[in-house]
Amino acid sequence: MSLLDGVAAAFMLAGAGFCLAGTVGVLRFPDVYCRLHALTKVDNLGLGLVVVGLALQSGSWATALKLLLVWLFVLVASAFTCQLIARAALRRGTPAWSGRRES
Amino acid sequence: MMDGLLDATLAICLPLLAWLVLRTEALSQAVVLFVAFGLFSALGWARLDAPDIALVEAAVGTGLTGALLMHTLSWTEEDSSDVRARARRRPWALLCTVALTALLGWAVLALPVDSQGLGPLIAARQEDSGVEHPVTAVLLNFRGYDTLLEIAVLLVAALGARAVNPRSERPDKEAMEDPLTGELFRMMTPALLLVAGYLVWVGDHGPGGAFQAGAILAGGGVVAILTARMGTPRMSSARVRWALLTGPLMFILVAVAPLVSGGRLLEYPPKHAGTLIFVVEAALTVSIAMVLLMFFPGTRPPRALPEEKP
Repeated sequence: MSLLDGVAAAFMLAGAGFCLAGTVGVLRFPDVYCRLHALTKVDNLGLGLVVVGLALQSGSWATALKLLLVWLFVLVASAFTCQLIARAALRRGTPAWSGRRES
Repeated sequence: MMDGLLDATLAICLPLLAWLVLRTEALSQAVVLFVAFGLFSALGWARLDAPDIALVEAAVGTGLTGALLMHTLSWTEEDSSDVRARARRRPWALLCTVALTALLGWAVLALPVDSQGLGPLIAARQEDSGVEHPVTAVLLNFRGYDTLLEIAVLLVAALGARAVNPRSERPDKEAMEDPLTGELFRMMTPALLLVAGYLVWVGDHGPGGAFQAGAILAGGGVVAILTARMGTPRMSSARVRWALLTGPLMFILVAVAPLVSGGRLLEYPPKHAGTLIFVVEAALTVSIAMVLLMFFPGTRPPRALPEEKP
């Protein structure tokens, strides 16, 4: 295993860790707004790290660029869907978490 | 090792997800699980070295079907008695599933053991087809007749969808000024068009083609309808009718043309086969996108709208 493989593996493992953290956040956070925050922010970073790891392994600039494009499109899509879902929830009167522990 | 791990995950997750889709009591959960099932089966096809089917599964099976199911869901008003009624039907569903699985298993076991299929035959005649990708060669040249009839079936399906739900909507002026969806639409549309064009072009020598490109375009169309940039397609509009007919008419024209010079139906002149296939595929893309869009009859009806809180 070369140094490059090691660095790539480290990136991908870090990315997987962030994705796992995001999923735990979706399951554990109290309301829709917090969950959206966990899902879109942490998962985007996780995916970005995975993409960096894969790009290091891909061995060609063209493939690396395509991977980067995939990440950019996911960023755009998730940023917009996050806002849209939050707005829909707000319009339907979903209350935001007030900070108290659920009984 | 890693491949084995991925395959094992797929092999465990696919039946599990299928079972969950059937088992889940709430329709909305079932729809979400079905979309997840579609994504996993697309991965499965990719692992089986069938990128063409994986592409179609991802675009049609997951993307568009997911949108259609979600949309249908917003029209249904489910109460607990429905869920109980479904639970009573479950033994029958299980019995049917077992019977279907047994039938499929029998079909697989009945296949000749050492058969190589049509692969070698197609590889031997690949050069005559005018394209470099075996799947496109089969669909548009060797078995062009099947594809021609398929398109006719799709047209009938579009008519059926419109007969069931003739309602159509015009774009909503107020929603059109929404900056959020407007920006999303402006950013995604060029990318969608580029991907669809690329898929038609790449069908010549790799996985791609009219169906995949059409599904991508239709997906963009669904986004356009949902963000109120576009009304739902109306059968009464001449433009919609022509878009629906572009593919079939072009295909029939190309199919019949050889008859004039004494050839046979669907016989491409070898020199121009590649070009003709590309033209037919491009025309089919328009029709397929339109047909798939006809299945998506707009946003939810007014009666099901949630009450706005002041």
